[in-house]
Amino acid sequence: MTTTAEQLSATTLLRFATAGSVDDGKSTLVGRLLHDSKAVLTDQLEAVEQASLNRGQEAPDLALLTDGLRAEREQGITIDVAYRYFATARRRFILADTPGHVQYTRNMVTGASTAELAVVLVDARNGVVEQTRRHAAVAALLRVPHVVLAVNKMDLVDYAEPVFAAIAEEFTAYAASLGVPEITAIPISALAGDNVVEPSAHMDWYGGPTVLEHLETVPVSHDLTACHARFPVQYVIRPQSAEHPDYRGYAGQIAAGVFRVGEAVSVLPSGRTTTITGIDALGESVDIAWAPQSVTLRLADDIDISRGDLIAPADDAPAVSQDVEATVCHVADQPLSVGQRVLLKHTTRTVKAIVKDIPSRLTLDDLSQHPAPGQLVANDIGRVVVRTAEPLALDAYEYSRRTGSFLLIDPADGTTLSAGMAGAAFAEAAEAVVTADDAEWDF
Amino acid sequence: MSAVTTTVSEDTANPYALSHLDSLESEAVHIFREVAGEFERPVILFSGGKDSIVMLHLALKAFAPAPVPFTLLHVDTGHNFPEVLDYRDRTVKKHGLRLHVASVQEYIDAGKLRERPDGTRNPLQTVPLTEAIQQHRFDAVFGGGRRDEEKARAKERVFSLRDEFSQWDPRRQRPELWQLYNGRHAPGEHVRVFPISNWTELDVWQYIEREGIELPEIYFAHEREVFSRNGMWLTAGHWGGPKEHEPVQTRLVRYRTVGDMSCTGAVDSDATTLDAVITEIAASRLTERGATRADDKMSEAAMEDRKREGYF
Repeated sequence: MTTTAEQLSATTLLRFATAGSVDDGKSTLVGRLLHDSKAVLTDQLEAVEQASLNRGQEAPDLALLTDGLRAEREQGITIDVAYRYFATARRRFILADTPGHVQYTRNMVTGASTAELAVVLVDARNGVVEQTRRHAAVAALLRVPHVVLAVNKMDLVDYAEPVFAAIAEEFTAYAASLGVPEITAIPISALAGDNVVEPSAHMDWYGGPTVLEHLETVPVSHDLTACHARFPVQYVIRPQSAEHPDYRGYAGQIAAGVFRVGEAVSVLPSGRTTTITGIDALGESVDIAWAPQSVTLRLADDIDISRGDLIAPADDAPAVSQDVEATVCHVADQPLSVGQRVLLKHTTRTVKAIVKDIPSRLTLDDLSQHPAPGQLVANDIGRVVVRTAEPLALDAYEYSRRTGSFLLIDPADGTTLSAGMAGAAFAEAAEAVVTADDAEWDF
Repeated sequence: MSAVTTTVSEDTANPYALSHLDSLESEAVHIFREVAGEFERPVILFSGGKDSIVMLHLALKAFAPAPVPFTLLHVDTGHNFPEVLDYRDRTVKKHGLRLHVASVQEYIDAGKLRERPDGTRNPLQTVPLTEAIQQHRFDAVFGGGRRDEEKARAKERVFSLRDEFSQWDPRRQRPELWQLYNGRHAPGEHVRVFPISNWTELDVWQYIEREGIELPEIYFAHEREVFSRNGMWLTAGHWGGPKEHEPVQTRLVRYRTVGDMSCTGAVDSDATTLDAVITEIAASRLTERGATRADDKMSEAAMEDRKREGYF
């Protein structure tokens, strides 16, 4: 068979997030991507058309496709991140569509946390506004590797190149100063369909890819051999059966980098060393495995290893510490205060911790710092200093999104309080674009 | 798009690229192992439908060569396809699993549930399900729900906290970041876990094909006595169909979803192989729920309302 199945099974998966408000035409852009890639099917479209009619709207409101909750439809706003799925012959996509109204920061941080790419929309008539800078800051903070600036509504500015060029230049300079490593600006009209799926007939001056072409071709994995290899142990597999009396394997998902049979590894936090003797990749014995594969490692020595331990190359193991300095996004309704006792969940390990200090709060609009706020409330971004009851093998988030991130959890009711990223808030400026602001928020 | 046909994706040149099925499989296995590591009494909801079959397959792979450290729970509506019950029992036996059955029929016989006028039993599953969870003190309950199925499900977390009444409150969901799943819960509460949240219907079928997973035969085209109701082909049978004005005919059909016989429709199909089924789905212009589930057509919020009450 040469049809769909084979074509599609050869594809990779790209997780990306969109940010912007309804006014920027985000729903129209998302709707067009979904519609033109056949992800919106007849019965869904009919349901949306009927629901739009019931609300007295003439055109189908594509936001109703993703506004899945009664409260969202009643209020006409998106409350929660919606995940949407579509595919082309080249790639599968998981889109985290983050709302621009309520709980804005929390939602965009959530969507960006697993995204390899973020699409930031601006209205060509308004250019880079406060909200655009906030989007860029969240993408930079969450270390989203690729950012697309979609300059929308080009039809309303006569498809004029200077308008696009000025916005692209301003945004690129700003995002680069925050350390965003790759920025691609694309002039589009989501409504007219220019440069979304098909190249525009109105902008000969633009020679780059359409939004969809870019999504299809942007690299999804970086050079894994350059990453620090990390393997958090999830579960110990010991069948103790007649068939496998001595099998002992450490199950987990490789968080970063590459592991090989024969490699010398350290087990943290104990620091004991041993050698990988086998890698079982879901039923197949392999010599090499890489992130984000779920595998089971077998080791030469019978040392004490349990859930929560971290396996890393013996010559490239992270430092172990009980003191964590990090940037957090506070996501709960109840505040986070200095002195508060919390649980800290890092990879597969959850430990008791105490918030020693909240040195500053950050305003995303202008990146201004507010020292010693005492507490963080919902949607605040701030620096925290945390002391843990047990040592953690925590990486800087800039080197490893997976082993540099953690949650703070309320031990009383289990609420997720804050999402943390260890180390410096922003990367060094990617280009030589240095603004006077830099010194102020270089924590 | 014209550029697509001949271009070789640059991903294939990357030695460390994972196919989308490998990515989804790895994510699901990670979720199963997280639950095994953090919960005392997990259970897999197993209906014999394709999504739960894929879940079980993933769980078997996640813990091999050790056995799956979970039991199974089936909520039996009493209107199940016999082929599916047969498949369920064979599977349980083959893998040496332990199966709990919560029976809607027993609840009706005991007067604890009343048959609905339309004969549909899907909504009646909620009470036996939640009581089984309480009775067995299950603290993690794996479901095969996928976010692409339905728009209320698109807002569901992978780890979804339920109160002691099994209720879902979509406004009070915990934000879910990175791959850090927060399963903290109070005694009496439990967490519904959806390992294949990010899979689409096509992903499920492609995975079934790749892994060579056996399915109940009703997923493939076969001749069946059916009658038309609400634009769907329903199976004639002991559950109460057809009514007088609903003529029965024999058609070549298959099922895209498997649920209660009273509200699960068959689709016209000549797809007798996995290849043919995948081709058919890739070309379909209807969602699987839109094509085959009467209970989701009741209102815009039918699924959200059922989920709030504790439904799958």
